[in-house]
This record gives sequence, structure tokens and C-alpha cells, in this order.
Amino acid sequence: MSSESWAHLSNALVYSTIIVLSVALVAFAADFALGTGRRRADQRKQRTVTQASEGASGDTAVTTAAPPELPADERWARVGVSLSTLATVMIVCAVVTRGISAQRPPWGNMYEFTVTAVATLMVIWVAMLPRRPEWRDLGLIVVLFNLLLLGVAVLVLYTESAELVPALKSYWLWIHVTSAIIASSIFTVGSLSSVLYLFAERYERRGSASSPRGVRDAIGARLPSSKQLDTVAYKTIAFAFPLWFFAVVAGAVWAEDAWGRYWGWDPKETWSFVTLVIYAAYLHARATAGWRGRPAAIIAIVGLAAFLFSYFGVNIFFVGFHSYGGV
Amino acid sequence: MPADAINALADQQADGAPPRQPALGFTGGLRWLWRQLTSMRTALILLFLLALAAVPGSVFPQRGASPLRVGEYIQDHPTAGLWLDRLGMFDVYAAPWFAAIYLLLMVSLTGCILPRCFHYARNLRSVPPATPRNLGRMPEHRSFTTSASTAEVLGAAGTALRGARFRLRPSESGAQDSMAAEKGYLHELGNLVFHVSLLVLLVGVAWGSWFGYRGTVVVVEGEGFANTLTQYDDFTPGRGFSTSLLAPFSFTLDSFDATFLAEGPRRGQPDGFTADVTYRETPDSEPKTQRIEVNKPLAVDGAKVFLLGSGYAPVFTVRDGAGDVVYSGAIAALPQDPSFTSNTVVKVPDAQPEQLGFNVTVTPTAPDQVDPATGPRSVFPEMNDPRVYLGAWAGDLGLDGGVPQNVYQLDTSAMEQVGRKDLAVGETWKLPDGRGSITFDGLSQFANIQVAHDPGRWLALLAAVAAIVGISMSLVVRRRRVWVRVTPDGEGRTLVEVAGLAQTEWAMLGDEVDAVLATLPGAPVAEKEHA
Ligand code: HEM
Repeated sequence: MSSESWAHLSNALVYSTIIVLSVALVAFAADFALGTGRRRADQRKQRTVTQASEGASGDTAVTTAAPPELPADERWARVGVSLSTLATVMIVCAVVTRGISAQRPPWGNMYEFTVTAVATLMVIWVAMLPRRPEWRDLGLIVVLFNLLLLGVAVLVLYTESAELVPALKSYWLWIHVTSAIIASSIFTVGSLSSVLYLFAERYERRGSASSPRGVRDAIGARLPSSKQLDTVAYKTIAFAFPLWFFAVVAGAVWAEDAWGRYWGWDPKETWSFVTLVIYAAYLHARATAGWRGRPAAIIAIVGLAAFLFSYFGVNIFFVGFHSYGGV
Repeated sequence: MPADAINALADQQADGAPPRQPALGFTGGLRWLWRQLTSMRTALILLFLLALAAVPGSVFPQRGASPLRVGEYIQDHPTAGLWLDRLGMFDVYAAPWFAAIYLLLMVSLTGCILPRCFHYARNLRSVPPATPRNLGRMPEHRSFTTSASTAEVLGAAGTALRGARFRLRPSESGAQDSMAAEKGYLHELGNLVFHVSLLVLLVGVAWGSWFGYRGTVVVVEGEGFANTLTQYDDFTPGRGFSTSLLAPFSFTLDSFDATFLAEGPRRGQPDGFTADVTYRETPDSEPKTQRIEVNKPLAVDGAKVFLLGSGYAPVFTVRDGAGDVVYSGAIAALPQDPSFTSNTVVKVPDAQPEQLGFNVTVTPTAPDQVDPATGPRSVFPEMNDPRVYLGAWAGDLGLDGGVPQNVYQLDTSAMEQVGRKDLAVGETWKLPDGRGSITFDGLSQFANIQVAHDPGRWLALLAAVAAIVGISMSLVVRRRRVWVRVTPDGEGRTLVEVAGLAQTEWAMLGDEVDAVLATLPGAPVAEKEHA
């Protein structure tokens, strides 16, 4: 097959992924509307409670409760997960075929970064589902976010498959970009979880007893508990932080070879620094009395905003060394 | 519960002491100030300020990176530009307020981390705290009864915990009824390594920018460069720079090669640059050869020689009216577009009867036809069909006025145009009226070369790596405690409780507690959970 036909195949796979993800979005929306997220969460909680009480009273019991019954309307979430898995396989194939077409790792311009980031995000999320059932409740927002990213990639960032400028031919680039894509995908999961946290926390604070009023309560009422969302946010961000630090350092090592200075406050460097500092602030906030909960969640969301800006905004608005992105 | 309770504890440790009313008096005031400065809350706010303060540097043009754009900006926005300049917005990362933020952060960091380092060192051999009264309130708790004796259970627990590298609380006098163990001290060590590394990183960065330098120079194929101040076209020294820091190396650019993509959607885009150089580390050392490529600089004596870009340098021979060679050599031309249509100027002050000047446009691959609207435009960046387009002027070049001239511009105010002509390689243009001739001998290439020396970069890299290792350690390792308590039930059996508590929430804690439990005599066999 020629380079061009591989590129066409890759494009077709990206379009198909968009279609499948859109259907998955509908399924997750149905699941969400039926409010199964919170019910699942409640059941998980109940399970831990029974475990604990059995332990406390127990003479001989280290038993673990049998897996709880799943709600009947679980099926929508299952449809969503199946479709998401299919979409994940397709988008990974899209990345691979793009790489075959260009004969290099396919993250050399903004379009390719974005498609690879979507693939990474989907792989991480889908791979965690069997081990962390609560991650399924992020389905709606994760799928929605990925659809938006793919839309921007296809409509705004699309660049034809081609060779790279000489400055990008360095193995440090692959190390730098690969770690940046993985770290940012994980940051994204964490910060999206913090977005949901704000709704869930508000709903719980106002007392779930009082009948829900307004859209925000309606959303909050359908989410897993704020505690679970907070835990997901903390764990993912804590995991991604060293990786992002590493990505920034790898970028500096590359810059030292390419441009003769490891750090020059180029807009892209500046914003990756800003992102790092904001997520450091998040980790600090989690460990500081009076800053846990809402303030920390807001910092995590600001972190995502800074990251998105360093990713899209810098290439679009600023002139700098990194403006090879092909926009 | 307890995640929060423990966090609160961590806060107290971090803040040094629980908040107190400021004591009266000067030292009391200072102490209060210091405590404020080194609190986690201040660190948090300073981190925010740092992020915020870095932003304007990406919004406004910066003197260090693009002084020309700063000038343009101030010209376009006179009032705002003036104020922004006063506020240091065009030099953010060297501005006093930016320095104030990161220095305060570093002071806060030192004040916060040093005591923790001492505390850590002092407690290297500390013992885990005694077993709390009510183990049932711990986040992980198991219990069972067994016929084994209390001593047997505790003995087995001790073996298991020691085997899992827990630190044990030594038994107190009297009959022992419990065992307290703790593990994961590397969490705090990692955290300290991370924060200390940040300080070292700053030192490395400061060291490099103080004693380092950076300069650029245009070197034409076949010509050379010696690392002295006068040879640079542009030079930026650090504040602690002195000329003795210039490594005494020199090199000759033997050949330079730029290749461009000949087909595909990115036709004409650069594909690679290579420069073959012969260099000497000192004037008397053996010459060595090396190939410099993009991303592969030449390292000599602590300095690094990079290829930043390239261009073409036409080679001319000019004879004057008397037939004497008054000019001969290559002159670098500034690229104007991606196809390397380039412009330069040849000034011949020694020509008789009148001085000569030429405006030169170079096309490495000449177009079939020149579009009169745009002038000659190269059709491909490589040297496939080089051609020069000359405009000749005669008269006074104005070089004696004492005002330094732009080498790329001809001051034609006291000159008259002699004619226009384009030449292929080897062709000669005989100027009218016996003014002489110009021969286009060929096209050379030049390399835009940057020399940079940053003595702090190894320290910075080392610190960065240590920081990554430290923070990973601190985020992976969890500090946790495990307790085993035995209570005889008076009927010959023993009630065994096993409990665990982690400093931060930790999903694996339950497994760890189960693992300890499984080694105890008479423990029930746990069903494995299938999630
Ligand atoms: C230079 C900027 C700084 C950065 C990038 C930074 C980053 C971090 C990170 C990523 C963590 C990990 C949090 C975790 O384990 O969950 C952390 C923890 C910590 N930082 Fe910083 N930090 C900085 C400055 C400071 C300062 C100035 C202080 C003291 C006032 C400080 C005190 C602490 C403490 C006490 C912890 C441990 C919290 C815990 O035990 O969970 N840091 N820091």
C-alpha cells in the first residue's frame, strides 16, 4: 500500500471513531439520565460498609461480600463501554496507520498530537475500567471531551501526512512528546473528575434529601459520590505529575541540543511551566487544611485550562520556536 | 475517617507548630512573619503567583528573545508600551517582581523543608507509636478467634511484619498484648529530595545564566571562526561573564549541505542540514573534524556549537575601469522566502574612476520567467540553477560619513544607476562607460552558527532528575501503620485484631493487612474478591 492510501485509511478510521464515539455518548447520556451512576456508587459504598461491619463484629469473618446486584438499567452503561472499547481500537489503528504512512512516530504536528492524545486517553480510561469500576461513571464526560478534541483535530488542525522539519528529528522529541501526551491524558481524566466533583459536592452539601432543583442539582444527583470523584482526581493527578515534570525536562534536554539553550521562556515552555506549577499547587492544596475539596478541585480545573491553552492557544496565538505545529 | 485526621497532622508538621497569637516585640514579630512565610498556605499562594507572573512573558514580546518585536510593539502602542516597559513586561523573567516571587518561594521552601529534613534525620531511628485503644475505627480492620496462644500469634505477626520490612515498636515491659509496625518512610524522604532538588535546580539555572554566554555568527563555506568577542555578529554575556571564560577554540567550515524535500505536500521544506568542520580546541592543538547537524551540536571545551540556519553567499569578482581586481569573495545574502530568494549588497569603495555598488538578488533555482510585479523569485531552495539579478550603481557609497551603515543596504542618495543584468554562474557583465566588470563566480552556502556556553546545565539536569526520582518515590510509597492486638477471651481462645492506617488514602492497604493476617496461626482463609 502506498503512503497515501495508508493516510486515507487513517483518516477513515478517525471519522469512524467519531461516529462510534457519538453513539457511545448517547448511550452514556441515557445511563446518566437514568441516574445509575449514583446508584452504582451507593452500592459500592454499601459493600465496603458491610465489609467493615462484618469485620468489626465478626468472630471468624474476613469474608468479602459477594458482588452486589447490578441495577437493571445498567445496560446503557454497558453499551457505552462496548462502543468506547471499539472506538479505542479504531483510534489506535488510526494512529498506527498514520505512522506507517509518514514512516515515523505519528506525533509530529498538532493534528497528530491531538489524535494520539485521544487514543492515549481512551486506552487509559478503557484499560482502567475492569480494575476501577468507578471510572465508568466518568464515561459521559470523557467521551464528550474526546469527541470535542477529535472534532477540533479534524476541522481545524488537519495536516497531510508528511516529513518533519529537521529540528523535529530527534529521539528526545519522541521521548518528550510521548511522555507529554500520556501525562496530559491522565491529567485530563483527573481534572474532568474534578469538574464532576464540583457538581456532586454541591448536591451533597445542599442535602440530597431536599428535592433537587435546577440543572446543577439534577447533574449532581446522578453522579457518584464526591469522595470517589475526589479520589480519582487525586490519584490521577498525583500519577501524572512526575510524568509531566519528566516531559518538561526531556523537552529541555532536546531544546538544549536543538536551539542551544535548555530553557528560554518560549511561550510553549512558559505554559508547560504554568501547568506544572498549577498542578503542584493542587497537590499542595490537597495537603493543606482549608484548601481541600472545592478549592483543590477548582485548582485542578484551572490546571486543565492552562494545559489546554499551552496545547492549542500557544500554537494559535503566539509566535515562538514551537510554532511548527502546522496551524 | 482518618485520612483527614492524618492530613491535619501533616499540616501541623508542615506549619512547624499550631498557629499561635503573635508574641509582642520585635523578635516575636519576626518569628511570626517567618512562620507565616514558611506555611503551606503561603507556599500555595506563592505557587499561584509564580504561575500568574510567568504568563505576561508569553503574551508580550520579550527583549531577550526578540528585541525587534519589542521595538515594534512600543512604536505601535506608544503609551501602553511605555508603561508596560516600566513594569518590566518586555523582560518578565529578569524583572525584579518576578525574581521576588521565586526568591520568596525559595525562602519559604527552605524554611519549610530544612526543619523537616532535620526532623526526618532525627527520627530515622524513631519507633512507631503505640497501638491505639480502639482498632475498630481504623479504615482497615479484621478480626478472628483462634486457639493459638497470644505469644504464638504475636510471634508470627512479628516475623511476618519484619519480613515485609516493617519497623516494629519494641515490646514494653509487662505482658505484651499488641504489636505496632510502620513502613514507608521513603515517602517523606522522596518529598524532601524533591523539594531540595528544586532549590539546587534554581542554583544551577542561576549559575549558568551568570557565567554563561551565547553568540551567533555567520560563517561562509570555506571560511573560519575563532572564539573571540570581535568575531561574533551578536553576543549575549551573562552578568558574571569575562572574556577569560571564552574557550580558545576555532573552526573552519569545510563544507555545508542543506537538503530539501523535492516532492510531497511539504515540497521545499528543509530536510536536513549538515556542516563539516575542522576544529582545534586551542590554537596549538591537533585539528579534528566533525559533522554538525541539527540536534547534533559540536561540543568543545564546555561550549556547544549549533547550526541555527543557513543561506547562500554569491561569489563575485569585480574589476574596475583600470582592469584591477578591486573586489573578490563571497558575501552572505539574507533569505527572503522559503525558497531562499535572497538579497544582499556588494560595495566596492576602491573602484576607479567611481565607487561601485550592486544590489543583488540571488535565486538558487532561477525561475523560467521573472514576474515583473514581484521581481525574481527562486522556485526551489536547493542550488539547482543559481542566478543573480544585479542592479549596478556608481558614485559615492557614503562610507566616509562616519555613520555606521547597514551592510545589507546601499545608500544610493549620491549614486546613479548604471544598469541591470542577470548572470548565471561563470558569466561576466561588462559595465557601460568603461566602469569595469563583475563576474559571478559561483554560489557558496553560509551557516548561521550559534555558540553557547552554560556551565550550570549539568547541575540543573542533575537536580531535575533527582526531583523526578524524589517526587515519584514520594507519590508511590505510602506511609502506613499496621497493628496486631491479641486479647484472651478467658475461655482458652484468643481474639486477634489486625488493623491498618495509611497516611493518605491507599487502595492497597487492605491487601497488606490481609497478607499479614494470612500468616497468623488460625487465621481464616480469605476469599479472594473478584471485582
Ligand atoms: C517550588 C515550588 C514547589 C513545588 C513545585 C512543590 C511541589 C510539591 C509536590 C508535587 C508535592 C507532592 C504532594 C503529595 O505528596 O501529594 C509537594 C508536597 C509538599 N510540599 Fe511542596 N512544592 C513547592 C514548594 C513548597 C514550599 C515552599 C513548601 C513549604 C512551605 C512546600 C511544602 C510541601 C510539603 C510539606 C509537602 C508534603 C505534603 C504532604 O505531606 O502530603 N512545598 N510539593
